[in-house]
Amino acid sequence: MDNASDTNTAYPDANGRFGDFGGRYVAETLMPPILALEKAYEEAKADPSFQKELDYFMTHYVGRPSPLYFAERLTEHAGGAKIYFKRDELNHTGAHKINNCMGQLLLAKRMGKKRIIAETGAGQHGVATATVAARLGMECIVYMGAVDIVRQKPNVFRMRLLGAEVRAVHSGTATLKDAMNEALRDWVTNVSETFYCIGTVAGPHPYPAMVRDFQAVIGREAKQQILEAEGRLPDAAVACIGGGSNAMGLFHEFVPHKEVRLIGVEAAGKGVKSGLHAASLTGGTPGILHGNRTYLLQDEHGQIADAHSISAGLDYPGIGPEHSYLHDIGRAEYVSATDDEALECFQLCARLEGILPALEPSHAIPRTLELAKELGKDGLIIMNMCGRGDKDVFTIADALGEHISEGTEG
Amino acid sequence: MTHRIDQTFAARRAANQSAFVAYIMAGDPDRAASQAFLNALPDAGVDIIELGIPFTDPMADGIVIENAGIRARESGTTLTSVLDMASEFRKTNDTTPIIVMGYANPLHHMGYVKFAAAAKAAGVDGAIIVDLPPEEDGDLRDAFEVHDLALIRLATPTTDAERLPKVVAGTKGFVYYVSMNGITGDSFAQAGFVTEQVTRVRDAANLPVVVGFGVKTPERAREVAKDADGVVVGTSIVKTLHEDGPEAALALIRSLADATHTPR
Repeated sequence: MDNASDTNTAYPDANGRFGDFGGRYVAETLMPPILALEKAYEEAKADPSFQKELDYFMTHYVGRPSPLYFAERLTEHAGGAKIYFKRDELNHTGAHKINNCMGQLLLAKRMGKKRIIAETGAGQHGVATATVAARLGMECIVYMGAVDIVRQKPNVFRMRLLGAEVRAVHSGTATLKDAMNEALRDWVTNVSETFYCIGTVAGPHPYPAMVRDFQAVIGREAKQQILEAEGRLPDAAVACIGGGSNAMGLFHEFVPHKEVRLIGVEAAGKGVKSGLHAASLTGGTPGILHGNRTYLLQDEHGQIADAHSISAGLDYPGIGPEHSYLHDIGRAEYVSATDDEALECFQLCARLEGILPALEPSHAIPRTLELAKELGKDGLIIMNMCGRGDKDVFTIADALGEHISEGTEG
Repeated sequence: MTHRIDQTFAARRAANQSAFVAYIMAGDPDRAASQAFLNALPDAGVDIIELGIPFTDPMADGIVIENAGIRARESGTTLTSVLDMASEFRKTNDTTPIIVMGYANPLHHMGYVKFAAAAKAAGVDGAIIVDLPPEEDGDLRDAFEVHDLALIRLATPTTDAERLPKVVAGTKGFVYYVSMNGITGDSFAQAGFVTEQVTRVRDAANLPVVVGFGVKTPERAREVAKDADGVVVGTSIVKTLHEDGPEAALALIRSLADATHTPR
């Protein structure tokens, strides 16, 4: 490990704190299992055989390293800095999510846990969890909001094909946050045999740090690849943010390199001023939800507000605590993009680059284009293309007012 | 104020009885009806009241209490109005302890110091905050100390011998033993297991131990009362209130209280 990474892993502290954020806000029933998980993870991290097994699967099963691709036509379109995509949408299952699932489920195997539960929003984390669970011969139950089940039908079917049980969650807003509530309820009920595979850099310690570590492969590869391609570090690394795992995965390696701007793009839904958005840092305040203290969308009474985004994967009222920390110390910049901007850039990327981005990274494109102009021709940007858009074609067709058959996709 | 709690347990102990603890969701179905129900609880045999604070994301609760929280929020219930209900109750009752129960975020949003002062002024005796384990409740505990409010900790079947001293240290009033791994409204653990656990927690805490989660019927309440210093019923009261109205819920409470008060 190089010096940069050493500095980087100074956070969180022993109590799972990134500055004032993070922590372990869970019911007492879950404290012993999260302490046991923390211990097991620390042991696995220090065990070369665990790393070797993870590396094997990352190479031969996930398909890493993912390419760093020069998006030449998008660069021409923007008329400024060179734009590179980190192509994590080319991973097995079509998104960055599997990096984390591979790590967590190998850890579950090591801990002797055979029952895996997960929450999912867009379905990408659910599909990745179901995939790795199938490969490792584990039982898999995925909680998914009833609203998301409707807008992500292809992924629901994929999970079932992979042998997972998808449980619809009707409570609350029937989206990602409610799926997480239900997964926590399952865990508290079936605590001894169950491993909860959280899909993002949120939840109680050690999840934010552990998920970041498993996703950090994105930034490690990207750094090496950009040095090979351009002989220098980028001026900026850009990624979309829901809970923030793909962004943290890209940022982590670059955090100590102060000359690299880190830019997270939240989902502004119908616009931050409209109140219908999912931009926790841009439009939220610190609070406590799902095991951690972080920025949240909430009302004046401390009740959690509904998030809104065309992207099911960004439709979450919180954000990983490390992002809250990077925001407050000014190390990373957080901006937002609306549903309409994402839709427009989805189409632009499809036509100029022949890549259908998922709706989630489609949010990062408009800010990347603006930044490219701002930086000018000498600039260099890496944007994380964290997922592919095949799962979103029905949502996009709806938004564009077109009718396509749902019978053949999936 | 821990003296109301201490006196309540002392009085029941003197009569060789267990105390009956009832949970209701504040503001369910609306402020007026909930206030009337709250005020009627002591005469129905309730020794200690757990007054639920509604929250959008009640991770430790089953569907019955989650839905009660939705009704309460839709009728305009806030943390402030929950405290207002306690104030109103105190106008006619100065002896029955009120413990507010809920999740950290509404308190955190108000500010722990401000909340502690407001709770004290409202005549609240303590709080149970489900998602503040000992590792995270220091700030609230400090604020409570200033006003002699009890921050009541939860012990569970997963709280092992190594961890139990940490959980009971600094808890005041009583310890709430969660009888099984699960959410409110689930089925109850084996009776023998609970006897053993209550003894274990009481020995470590040197405080009364109340048992909750999964107690639904007078028969079960009577059984638990043999060992526990208090018996908590929540889900079946909330369910009966919603489905059959306050008279039916008070009748259920009387039968549960009588069963709990059966001398040992």
